[in-house]
Amino acid sequence: MRAQFIFSEIGVGLRRNLTMTFAVVVSVALSLALFGSALLLNKQVDVMKGYWYDKVNVSIFFCNKADQETSKNCGKGAVTKQQKDVIKADLDKMPLVETVTYESSQEAYKHYKEQFGDSLLASSLTPDQMQESYRIKLTDPTKYEVVASAFADRPGVQEVQDQRNLLKNLFELLRNLNFAAVFIMALMLVVALMLIVNTVRVSAFSRRRETGIMRLVGASSLYIQVPFIMEAAVAGLLGAGLACVLLVAGRYFMIDNGMNLAEKLPLINFIGWDQVIRVLPLVLAVGLLMPAVAAFVALRKYLKV
Amino acid sequence: MIRFDNVTKIYPKQNRPALRDVSLDIERGEFVFLVGSSGSGKSTFLRLMLREERATHGQVHVLGKDLNRLSNWKVPQMRRQLGTVFQDFRLLPNKTVGENVAFALEVIGKPRGQIRKTVPEVLDLVGLAGKQDRMPGELSGGEQQRVAVARAFVNRPMLLIADEPTGNLDPQTSVGIMKLLDRINRTGTTVIMATHDQQIVDQMRRRVIELEKGLLVRDQSRGVYGYQH
Repeated sequence: MRAQFIFSEIGVGLRRNLTMTFAVVVSVALSLALFGSALLLNKQVDVMKGYWYDKVNVSIFFCNKADQETSKNCGKGAVTKQQKDVIKADLDKMPLVETVTYESSQEAYKHYKEQFGDSLLASSLTPDQMQESYRIKLTDPTKYEVVASAFADRPGVQEVQDQRNLLKNLFELLRNLNFAAVFIMALMLVVALMLIVNTVRVSAFSRRRETGIMRLVGASSLYIQVPFIMEAAVAGLLGAGLACVLLVAGRYFMIDNGMNLAEKLPLINFIGWDQVIRVLPLVLAVGLLMPAVAAFVALRKYLKV
Repeated sequence: MIRFDNVTKIYPKQNRPALRDVSLDIERGEFVFLVGSSGSGKSTFLRLMLREERATHGQVHVLGKDLNRLSNWKVPQMRRQLGTVFQDFRLLPNKTVGENVAFALEVIGKPRGQIRKTVPEVLDLVGLAGKQDRMPGELSGGEQQRVAVARAFVNRPMLLIADEPTGNLDPQTSVGIMKLLDRINRTGTTVIMATHDQQIVDQMRRRVIELEKGLLVRDQSRGVYGYQH
């Protein structure tokens, strides 16, 4: 197969259908940008969940030395070993409690570092500022109150925290955003696919003379179809490239500049560039393959070979 | 070379068969006229040979292959061994004469060197030497049909199928085309030509196959266009 011959055919085809090509590029770009956003939103949620989110339901935080001044529950100073042992024994007696994991302040420091990396807050922190805790998994996560009322006023306990409630509203918002993104993506995808099918149909019709002759002189069906498929793939790749630009620009303007969320919400850990960049090849691959497959399917119908 | 065994072709949604129980043999090197009024089944006959259609019943053998059993992906390979010429020439208007002929070689992946050598040779053969760079629109009908013949013959096919090649041409030009087809036939290529042109059939005195309402009604070895009573 002669590459030059095929490429000249693609160029001719794309230019002949300039308006249609433009429509395909834009709709593919929008649907893929939404596809990428949905993936990134998912990653954002993962990043925010941190180490314990999916593993436990309730956390009992103990006082450390620093809490003596800052927290009213910790007036008597740091928690003692005896206090912890009593609480552990009581927890073990409760049928509601499935597992109890002890997190030392060292471990807490390690997990915090993993989640927040080299952010300003994290770098000023030292291990002994972190709280020791029991991380508790319940047999029934809704019964958080039982644990809270039983242990909130114990000596040495700084706070009992419902791990899920903490970020529940935010996550719900993100999940809804994600659903919306996926829904609009699906819609745009359908539009893009229909446009591609139509483009292929118009293209096949305007070139029926050539393809008819190709068929007569014995060109293989692949040889006849490849220019059409490549045409769709090139348009799709252009759209995917545009989608990548949109994603990078989105990350840049929302988190770094423009809206500058990173500075306004310092407690939230945002996805890094590495995660954005990891999504891009996937977006490009989908942008290349999806229109090609759509064109291939459309050719079955509109191009007799 | 070509064998039809009790071939019947019924198109979907039509009651009357386009071809009904047709059996015949065509040997290598023959020149065969296919005659019959419109709707007699000539086109179906040709389309079956090109494997544009499949027989409903019976078997069609072309170049030693049973076309009913030939898988779709082998069809292009089969078509490379036959040439086709049509009434409407079927040239690409935006390509030159030379490019039109070269197109047939390009799409089957022939090397460029061979194309550059073969195209002028075959244009010379059909009497269009020096017109390689003209556009089809600048040529007369007869010349355009010569380009089509050149394109059909450039692969040196074993079989040339012509569907009313002189249908759009005046009698004098038609004679030129027939001489060309005769010359191609003399190189050993089997030629099958569907036609309405009585004069040509009567002059050439070759085998004539006549179809009527899908039936094979006449097969004469040195025939004329119509019945002679």
